[in-house]
Amino acid sequence: MRLTEAFTAARAAGRCALVPFVTAGDPSLAATRDIVCALAAAGADVVELGVPFSDPVADGPVIQRSSERALARGTRLADVLELARAIRRRSPVPLLLFGYFNPILRYGLERFAADAAAAGADGALVTDLIPEEAADYRRALAARGLAAVFLAAPTSPDERLAAIAAASTGFIYAVSRTGVTGAREQVPAAARELVARVRRVARQPIALGFGLGTAAQVAEVGAFADGAVVGTALVAALHRAVEQGGEAAAAPAAAAFLRSLQP
Amino acid sequence: MSATVAPPPARFGAYGGRYVPETLVAPLDELTAAYQAAQADPAFAAELDELRRTYAGRPTPLFFARRMSEELGGARVYLKREDLLHTGAHKINNCLGQALLARRMGKRRIVAETGAGQHGVATATVCALFGFECVVYMGEEDMARQALNVARMRLLGAEVRGVAAGSRTLKDAINEAMRDWVTNCRTTHYLLGSVLGAHPYPAMVRDFHACIGREAREQILAATGRLPAALIACVGGGSNAMGLFYAFLADQSVRLIGVEAGGRGAELGQHAARFHGGSPGVLQGTFSYILQDAAGQIAATHSISAGLDYPGVGPEHAELHDRGRAEYVAAGDQEALAACQYLARREGIIPALESAHAVAEARRRAPGLPRDASLIVNISGRGDKDMEIIARELPGLASPERACG
Repeated sequence: MRLTEAFTAARAAGRCALVPFVTAGDPSLAATRDIVCALAAAGADVVELGVPFSDPVADGPVIQRSSERALARGTRLADVLELARAIRRRSPVPLLLFGYFNPILRYGLERFAADAAAAGADGALVTDLIPEEAADYRRALAARGLAAVFLAAPTSPDERLAAIAAASTGFIYAVSRTGVTGAREQVPAAARELVARVRRVARQPIALGFGLGTAAQVAEVGAFADGAVVGTALVAALHRAVEQGGEAAAAPAAAAFLRSLQP
Repeated sequence: MSATVAPPPARFGAYGGRYVPETLVAPLDELTAAYQAAQADPAFAAELDELRRTYAGRPTPLFFARRMSEELGGARVYLKREDLLHTGAHKINNCLGQALLARRMGKRRIVAETGAGQHGVATATVCALFGFECVVYMGEEDMARQALNVARMRLLGAEVRGVAAGSRTLKDAINEAMRDWVTNCRTTHYLLGSVLGAHPYPAMVRDFHACIGREAREQILAATGRLPAALIACVGGGSNAMGLFYAFLADQSVRLIGVEAGGRGAELGQHAARFHGGSPGVLQGTFSYILQDAAGQIAATHSISAGLDYPGVGPEHAELHDRGRAEYVAAGDQEALAACQYLARREGIIPALESAHAVAEARRRAPGLPRDASLIVNISGRGDKDMEIIARELPGLASPERACG
């Protein structure tokens, strides 16, 4: 599985995989294509492509606003799948579709899996879908060779972590703290403990996300996790760049941001 | 690892479930366990019953609306007077139950959402009673149209946080309350105000309101010697309706009628009638009927009544709808206003605009039923909170020139 390989390759190179998140369609689909290609060229190991949703309960204000901008421009799941195809023509970077369940349910689970696979996506993570509710979804994704990545949370007891490990393919996304997405000053101490607890029950790579946005944090996370997800800080940087320099400023800003995370 | 994925949580037919971020599963499990333990504990039932009687004012009367019945010329219309409860609506039933659970779980901070403000006021009230910290999220549009309830919540010591996102109504307030809960779930209980959300909320909130139907069933049998032909209740999330319906589910002769907000018309965005223009989908933790566009984005809604202005509906209603046990109709803004005025003039009762939707349906139904039949309308709340809107919308109520003279 390409997602798993991306983490093992980074580990073999002695580093933590970098997993940037961007909202598809903010500021535009064409700009997102260029942003993702720039991220890949600047060293992203996996890219999370956010599918905007009207009611993103797991997201803080920065990604909420970003989703609203993308939706206001008419970005829908079908457009994000087209975008994945356009990215795949230009870059081999592993792509994880990241969003909420209802647009996928409405699109149709089988059709989603078929179209995502045909577009060249590598897997999906649905924030409001837990393994217990995901039997049909997992079956549909597995049938197309797509990874179904699930979240592990600091509140998850060990028996749930084992179930999450049993269900998750590609990698496991550990949430660094209770809360919504958003950049923070510190990596919580509980994050290390969570990754250790997941590690005891999982063979998959473990990426840590929520609140990460600096090179120091990525380095700190690299000491105990296989990957670091950077979302809010990147989305905010891209928005600032677009405000100041228009859409054309987004891709260079993405590349500069990603390089700033590396030693 | 030999670990396997557990079966899905309890459902109502195909509907319900738990569609939440992983972080919330443990607090939902904790709540489920606390609720199950409470159900097995006679002391919990005794304390809740005591609070219902001495604090909330239960049982509420079942009132025979004589003038209304005579004028409509059909079934005898009975009104279940939840509007007489402390805080002015049925919402206190659920809040007392959940406050007792929060105390059992050792959680002393409460977050809640509110639309019309009735649930917010009831939550602020029980938090004052139990000494809990209270944060209520409310859409800014709702804060503007329910300013009196905002002041009531603040008087009771709650912090009211305005929500500027999305449509700035109930749905957005729920999003924000969920974000607070996912952040503070170790210390905080989310006092969800309707039969919505992830398991166990829909069943638990229904149970806390089921006293409405238990009382009404006894009362109507005492008054008429037989079961009613129909029950009528408004349905936003659907808690007052589930509370009334539940004790009658096995009484197949009793028609269960839910009334949704028809708003300004049938076009998507102009109403909140999930069973007329909605389709199954996932919103805010549960699988049920929702108003959505072709791409699965949640649609805007409109109702003159903030408490019905919501794109989703409780999953148990979805199941009752699909198997034909309950029927769901819509009443529009103007019908609700007219029904509010009608009940005020015929019976001296000013219903909340939410409840006025049920009154509107009763006016349609009663004439077609025989005179020896009865129907029960749930007056889920009183209309004081809506006086500003009512005075603006109905002619001849606001008279600034006379007020100045």
